[in-house]
Amino acid sequence: MSILEVKNLSVSFKQYTTGMKQKELQVISDLNVNLEAGKILAVVGASGSGKSLLAHAILGVLPSNAKISGSMTYAGEELTYSRKIALRGKEIALVPQSVNYLDPLMKVGKQVRTSVRSGDPARKQKEAFERYHLTQKVEELYPFQLSGGMARRTLLSTAVVSGAKVIIADEPTPGLDPAVMKEALRHFRELADSGCAVMLITHDIDSALSIADEIAVFYAGTTVEIAPVADFTGKGEALRHPYSKALWQALPQNEFIPLPGTQPHASSLPPGCLFEPRCPWATAACRKGRPDMRELREGTVRCIHAT
Amino acid sequence: MLSTPEEKNKQPLLNQRRRMLLTIVIAALFLLSIILGGLLLDEGRITTNLTERNAPPSFDHLFGTDWLGRDMFARTIMGLSLSIGVGLLGATGSALIALVLGMAAASMGKIADRLISWIIDLFLSVPHLVTLILIAFTLGGGFKGIVVGLMLTHWPSLARVVRAEVLQVRSAEYVQMSKQMGKPRWWIALHHILPHISPQILIGFMLLFPHVILHEAAVTFLGLGLSPHEPAIGIILSESMKYLSSGMWWLAFFPGLCLLIVVRTFDQIGEYLRVMLDPTRAHE
Amino acid sequence: MQLDAKDVGFRYGNGEWLFRGVNFTINPGEIVGIVGPSGQGKTTFARILAGFENPIEGTVTLGGLPVKKKGYQPIQLVFQHPEKAINPRWKMQKSLREGWEPERALLEAFGIEQEWLTRWPNELSGGELQRFCVVRALGPETRFLIADEMTTMLDAITQAQIWHAVLEIAKKREMGVIVISHEAKLIERLCSRVVTLNKNE
Repeated sequence: MSILEVKNLSVSFKQYTTGMKQKELQVISDLNVNLEAGKILAVVGASGSGKSLLAHAILGVLPSNAKISGSMTYAGEELTYSRKIALRGKEIALVPQSVNYLDPLMKVGKQVRTSVRSGDPARKQKEAFERYHLTQKVEELYPFQLSGGMARRTLLSTAVVSGAKVIIADEPTPGLDPAVMKEALRHFRELADSGCAVMLITHDIDSALSIADEIAVFYAGTTVEIAPVADFTGKGEALRHPYSKALWQALPQNEFIPLPGTQPHASSLPPGCLFEPRCPWATAACRKGRPDMRELREGTVRCIHAT
Repeated sequence: MLSTPEEKNKQPLLNQRRRMLLTIVIAALFLLSIILGGLLLDEGRITTNLTERNAPPSFDHLFGTDWLGRDMFARTIMGLSLSIGVGLLGATGSALIALVLGMAAASMGKIADRLISWIIDLFLSVPHLVTLILIAFTLGGGFKGIVVGLMLTHWPSLARVVRAEVLQVRSAEYVQMSKQMGKPRWWIALHHILPHISPQILIGFMLLFPHVILHEAAVTFLGLGLSPHEPAIGIILSESMKYLSSGMWWLAFFPGLCLLIVVRTFDQIGEYLRVMLDPTRAHE
Repeated sequence: MQLDAKDVGFRYGNGEWLFRGVNFTINPGEIVGIVGPSGQGKTTFARILAGFENPIEGTVTLGGLPVKKKGYQPIQLVFQHPEKAINPRWKMQKSLREGWEPERALLEAFGIEQEWLTRWPNELSGGELQRFCVVRALGPETRFLIADEMTTMLDAITQAQIWHAVLEIAKKREMGVIVISHEAKLIERLCSRVVTLNKNE
């Protein structure tokens, strides 16, 4: 069952270029994602592909020079700006990257308790801490006294006790060693299994594959493909979009072959398909306009040549 | 900053930056006109004119006249002009001292840092006004005394900011990389560190200004600063106090109000500069 | 010229030893991985090798001699977060040319477009910035390059692009590369030899 649906989302920023002049930068164009209860959607793509901006748009924390169009619905109803604020931290929760998001002056037990929306805060916090193997002692610590792993589990507890139905995790695992990473990822799987919809933003396909149900591949501010995890196998034959294939083949455990070129900038987007300048399949038709998202073999793809 | 009213997206005539710049320009023009006004105003306006004593505000005398028949508007402008001049000297001196000591504390080793930090703490532990009076008094008062006094008393908080900023930027990875690229210390100081702190210095300077002017006025008001022959705003206020009880409100009201406006103007310029120069808020 | 670390130990102040008695050698043209659990001082060890930090005990030598302190350093380090390693107030070309003047061919090898040179750092993505950081560290005098989680924050394609370019140059110039990463598959792909850094080895 779809709980959060983002349709044709576009985001642009008004920026100062030189001195007093302003121009619009289209950073997200026609982006679609769909979060379902009990499922993990992993969002992968290069830096600058709009992964974090999507999270910011859903949470309503874009900077004031941003302009949004398209539609977002939560539980079937339009997700307006005021509704985002009302739901933020209650029904839609963010698991941020670092300990910097904790209040440095408040004991972590208390911080977690203040996130509880219904029921007995103390009991819920204790349950969450037990679940994530945080000892009683940890409640009385300040954020600076936590190790990296403890801080991450505290952030997770905060999201869990809030009773949120949608969890958005923004790059929760970079630079972790494998054992710790595995544990962190397992926690997200558990959250999904208990009925949450999880959106895991990461640039690490490998870890996304180990827990996600579906992978959304972002490129230059749009979704190029949404595919079930099972398609990421072999040489990527089952993948639909040429960029997803290239991303898969570039992994060190696969071919480690880099596709030449770089993602276009928001200030100089190509007129047609955003991937056309680097695409091995590109034809004149690709330059005519942006392809729409279409259904293809259990997934969706934004490419006119995909089969 | 974190909340965005996405719905309202209409384009105003002037964008935020243009508005700020316009405000800064207007404010600067206003201050400049006061300074110029003080220099150009006819001395005759403030000579004693016993036929027009104690006149309330009128078109002839916008701010009224005092007990000697001197035009209060002219006196106020000249007083403000003098005060701004003194403030300029005092704030510049203070900012320079802050820059030198702050940089020295952060880059000349542990002993220098401890010594300078101790001096900063010492100065901060005593109210500005007390040290200022002491220094001005020791130097024999007058213009020189007050200016030197202002310079020597207003630097500590800015020096502390500079020290912290320099320490922070010195440990930045890009400064460490610069060493790795073989750049000498002076080059790094000139190309990495100074540009990083110059906005802080500029803003600090603008925010020091109102302080300096107010303190100058306060000391002069107490009779320990400029002499009565140099009619700074503090002198005017202090003289006017004697006549307040006789109902001549305009003597203190207009000069006081003008002082307030000037001080607020400087504050505003400093605040806007801070927003415009802060890269994290650059697109607001 | 061999890079040698002998009995290197490090700690902050009088705190616990981060590591002690670490021995490490790398030859020109060799590509060596350093692995170990986080918090065991891999980054500190890299900083010591590159001369950012002095070891409390032990020595680091290049070709049998202590590494020179002045001028362009023959051992260069590239960090995990490029946005911290570039002065945000400089245009890209100034940062790029801080140590030496890279030729056009090298920029092309790393996929750096001419148009990026006149941009501010906050207008480029992490992957683009990291290309600049790598090129900056590849001056003609560079004998060894230390990549401390150099591509951890990047997507697979950018990672492969950067590494292919680095490997080619390492081969051409007989430059040694030290790869620090927690990604076992990357280390396996790149390195001919892997060293584990353990506490009190």
